[in-house]
Amino acid sequence: MPTLTIDGQEVTVEPGTTVLQACEEVGVEVPRFCYHERLSIAGNCRMCLVDMERSPKPIASCAMPAGDGMVIHTNTERVKKAREGVMEFLLINHPLDCPICDQGGECDLQDEAMAFGRGQSRFHENKRAVEDKYMGPLISTTMTRCIHCMRCVRFSEEVAGVDNMGSIWRGEHTEVTTYLEGLLDSEMSGNVVDLCPVGALTSKPYAFTARSWELKHIESIDVMDAVGSNISVDVRGAAVMRITPRLHEDVNEEWISDKSRFVYDGLRKRRLDRAYARKNKKLAEVSWADAFDTIKKKLKGVKGDEIAAIVGDMADMESMLALKDLMAALGSKRVEARQDGAALDASVRAGYLMNSGIAGVEEADFLLLVGSNPRAEAPIVNTRIRKAVRHMGLKVAAIGAPTDLTYDVDELGDDASVLDAILGGKHEVAKAMKAAKKPMIIVGQGALAREDGAAILKAARDIADKFCVKDGWNGFNVLHTAAARVGALDLGLTTDGGVKQILADAEAGKLKAVFLLGADEFDTAALKNVFTVYMGTHGDEGVKNADVILPAAAYTEKDGTYINTEGRVQRTEKAVFAPGDAREDWTIFRALSDVLGHTLPYNSLGELRARLETVAPATASLDQKPTEAWGDFGTKGKIEAGAIAPAIDNFYLTNPIARASEIMADCIAARVGDVEEATGTHG
Amino acid sequence: MLADKDRIFTNLYGFQSPGIDAAMKRGDWNGTKELIGKGKDWIIQEMKDSGLRGRGGAGFPTGLKWSFMPKETDGRPSYLVVNADEGEPGTCKDRDLMRHDPHKLLEGCLIAGFAMNAVAAYIYIRGEFYREAEALNRAIDEARAKGFLGKNACGTGYDFDIFVHRGAGAYICGEETALIESLEGKKGQPRLKPPFPANVGVWGCPTTVNNVESIAVAPTILRRGASWFAGIGRPNNTGTKVFSISGHVNKPCNVEEEMGIPLKELIEKHAGGVRGGWDNLLAVIPGGSSVPVLPKDICDDVLMDFDSLREVQSGLGTAAVIVMDKSTDIVKAIARLSEFYKHESCGQCTPCREGTGWMWRVMERLVVGNADKSEIDMLLDVTKQIEGHTICALGDAAAWPIQGLMRHFRPEVEARIDAYHAKAAE
Repeated sequence: MPTLTIDGQEVTVEPGTTVLQACEEVGVEVPRFCYHERLSIAGNCRMCLVDMERSPKPIASCAMPAGDGMVIHTNTERVKKAREGVMEFLLINHPLDCPICDQGGECDLQDEAMAFGRGQSRFHENKRAVEDKYMGPLISTTMTRCIHCMRCVRFSEEVAGVDNMGSIWRGEHTEVTTYLEGLLDSEMSGNVVDLCPVGALTSKPYAFTARSWELKHIESIDVMDAVGSNISVDVRGAAVMRITPRLHEDVNEEWISDKSRFVYDGLRKRRLDRAYARKNKKLAEVSWADAFDTIKKKLKGVKGDEIAAIVGDMADMESMLALKDLMAALGSKRVEARQDGAALDASVRAGYLMNSGIAGVEEADFLLLVGSNPRAEAPIVNTRIRKAVRHMGLKVAAIGAPTDLTYDVDELGDDASVLDAILGGKHEVAKAMKAAKKPMIIVGQGALAREDGAAILKAARDIADKFCVKDGWNGFNVLHTAAARVGALDLGLTTDGGVKQILADAEAGKLKAVFLLGADEFDTAALKNVFTVYMGTHGDEGVKNADVILPAAAYTEKDGTYINTEGRVQRTEKAVFAPGDAREDWTIFRALSDVLGHTLPYNSLGELRARLETVAPATASLDQKPTEAWGDFGTKGKIEAGAIAPAIDNFYLTNPIARASEIMADCIAARVGDVEEATGTHG
Repeated sequence: MLADKDRIFTNLYGFQSPGIDAAMKRGDWNGTKELIGKGKDWIIQEMKDSGLRGRGGAGFPTGLKWSFMPKETDGRPSYLVVNADEGEPGTCKDRDLMRHDPHKLLEGCLIAGFAMNAVAAYIYIRGEFYREAEALNRAIDEARAKGFLGKNACGTGYDFDIFVHRGAGAYICGEETALIESLEGKKGQPRLKPPFPANVGVWGCPTTVNNVESIAVAPTILRRGASWFAGIGRPNNTGTKVFSISGHVNKPCNVEEEMGIPLKELIEKHAGGVRGGWDNLLAVIPGGSSVPVLPKDICDDVLMDFDSLREVQSGLGTAAVIVMDKSTDIVKAIARLSEFYKHESCGQCTPCREGTGWMWRVMERLVVGNADKSEIDMLLDVTKQIEGHTICALGDAAAWPIQGLMRHFRPEVEARIDAYHAKAAE
């Protein structure tokens, strides 16, 4: 462990630490542009120069490994001059357009120019100008502002795993671009906006809509997938202006996927902001009282076993519990959350969690993907796997349709029956898993949603039992696609036969009433002749055959509890009010229960959460990755030969908010080559 | 003056054939097996004792550089890379060596490669040197046919091959780490040091990058002994050196001479003197475009070696002597060099990318005098902001010519500014 002296303070650091990191440890700030702790070291901005004793030249602290006995000075005249010099060089060709730059107010160059710059320019020549580049519908470029730190290039190559970004030409003509100005084809591309220390790469959808100092930052959780990425919902007045990632080392580090970041325009479009009821076969706007009244009339005389409910993918636990309680009061236990029909077993908690944890991927040395495409289902998890493959030597094998996951995968074909061979122990993968210290298996929803899903779950469980469950290590993982799913399973929202049986019973007339809580991911045609109450946020599949529509709040508009795929309990925070008459979901159930004469026993969120803790004890501790007891789950059965269908057809269209988002539509258009040339009259 | 018997490059002018038979008559490939038989340690010690300093410009002791290579392999192979990307303006020595005496270089590669446990050598040759690459490849084929290279090279039991890789014309690829990047097929941009190439070089393996001349002199040094080489020149600046003399001389030439020869003697004896006589001399750039210019009064008695030239705040560099007589517009000449560095900056790190263009633009204005006198000091300050703050030495190389100009010719620059403003006031 090297010990060095920084501005007179001695500090001992881990071997491999750089001088810059050592400076941070003792609280000495070193300005930098190109250095980023999650990217490789470029050392090209030269802003972090510091003095090292016995070195004739100042050293780039970001690239210099801390050595024993080094004496570093960061406050000498020479360092000050070096910083001023580099700052001046960066500014001579940087446009003075801060007033019209979206980065203004949160710009590293602005901040460091204030702190370390000279204050005036000595440059009397003409400034350089650079043509802007096309990088797709998400990233707006103003390349004249680029300071060539190459963070975006390193990010795309190292983290996102796409290699079509780079620099062309040389010297002062150097330009950062995507290859032939193509799309930056990654579902993580939006992160370059955060990484860019200046206003060269900014968010296209956010362009010129707000200034950073007008925004209120609300700490919340993303629900686009089951990762539970930590986000900041940035609002101005009643509108969500943008979404940015928050740091959480164990979940999303500091990245979020493009869907998480850019879906927010879907929060304003196709919203349900009035209650509706069907009158004379047509939906008409009604008041809350009328809507509730309609429900009360329709439920009169309906028996408990003639009512069922289906829960959607983005429901918070509070509303799911309120729904469950209401259904129980009405005499029904039929609440189903597995819209995709995944054969998940709610009896053993370890059987539906990502037991290794997302960060645990970095510890693993072998990974078997079973019917999972993490790049589409959870880009953040895929990024973690890529990191582990790149830096920790993780080996990956996959059963499922071959796709480009951005790292090398040993493709075992898309026939699920390979599982039997692996379980038999003769298969190559079985040998690799046996040899591995911490092998992992990730089971995707694509595999579990098959007819033989329960048998696949059992086989995966048995493989895990044989190879992956050891002292202090549980390598069995289920990768969910729905933010609500783990919470729903914790609440026990599973029924025999699942959604399929409910729809069949509805069609056969065995059901009289169905409640849909934001459930849009299946064909609702079977509910045409059943009294259907849809409660949700968007005019999507669920409203097509609904008889009463109750407008509810989206994830940015309520305080909700979610459990991510690891079993980590996290909460969203209300950032804005729901539009129009829409209300927070649980309050609607509470009000409805009153009308129906089965008043739910909680009058506040606090009381509801207290009840939630008794029903789902896991919700008592926030932000912990649980360690659950291993058990037996799944059903032994024959695994049919045949392809595993992917769980997600289109990454950009997985939920009602995304389907309402124009930005998501633009992302798809850019990929199918359906981009209209902008004309002079386009906005 | 160097005696003919002490010349290493006996076919520098191509009077004889560059072929292997002629080369062997000149003494190349003579007793190579025995030299290798004396062992790695002996070779490296002999190179250290000879006092040979790298001939590519920086003057780092060659033997010491070889000794940095790992003695025991950790599983990675080692490589020798020969820097034949001779692009320094004014320099043309390696070109003639490769054209006329390629076997000296190849034999040097084998011995140096053996001394540092290398499995192969890559000769990275400047893209424009098409004929020279041909000559090298021809020589490699000849040597292979004779069994001097390839499996069991020279019958030593040591397998060694040499590959020629042509560059694509970027000056920066003469910087050793940029050369390595380019050799790997990437954009030629210098790497951060540490790690140094001897630890992490080509494809992440231990690598030594040497100049053509440094490698080509090695066999002769070993054959004739370190003490012979060390006996030529001055202490710490030993041996012979090929000087490229160009510019306003009567007979521009490459010539192998003793280190430490007086500049005046070098020019008068070998290059036929300055055009119009020594008194017509204005200035000399003694070591290729990167080193600061020297005015006549220093040129009168300065010696041509690393330490003497450093004492007068210049450098030996590649020993490319650029002579300028009194007809030269010295400001314009330096401005042209500034343009060169602006054009060749790789654009990776800030001071060089932004600073070289700035300096050139100010220099262009100074050529006609369209500037304020305070801008001279500002320009010098900019050169100081670049110097020592960059990843590689190109930033320094861009700064030094301007510093040299202002050190010795500032009155000339100021006179131009005065004249310009006087004219403008009319």
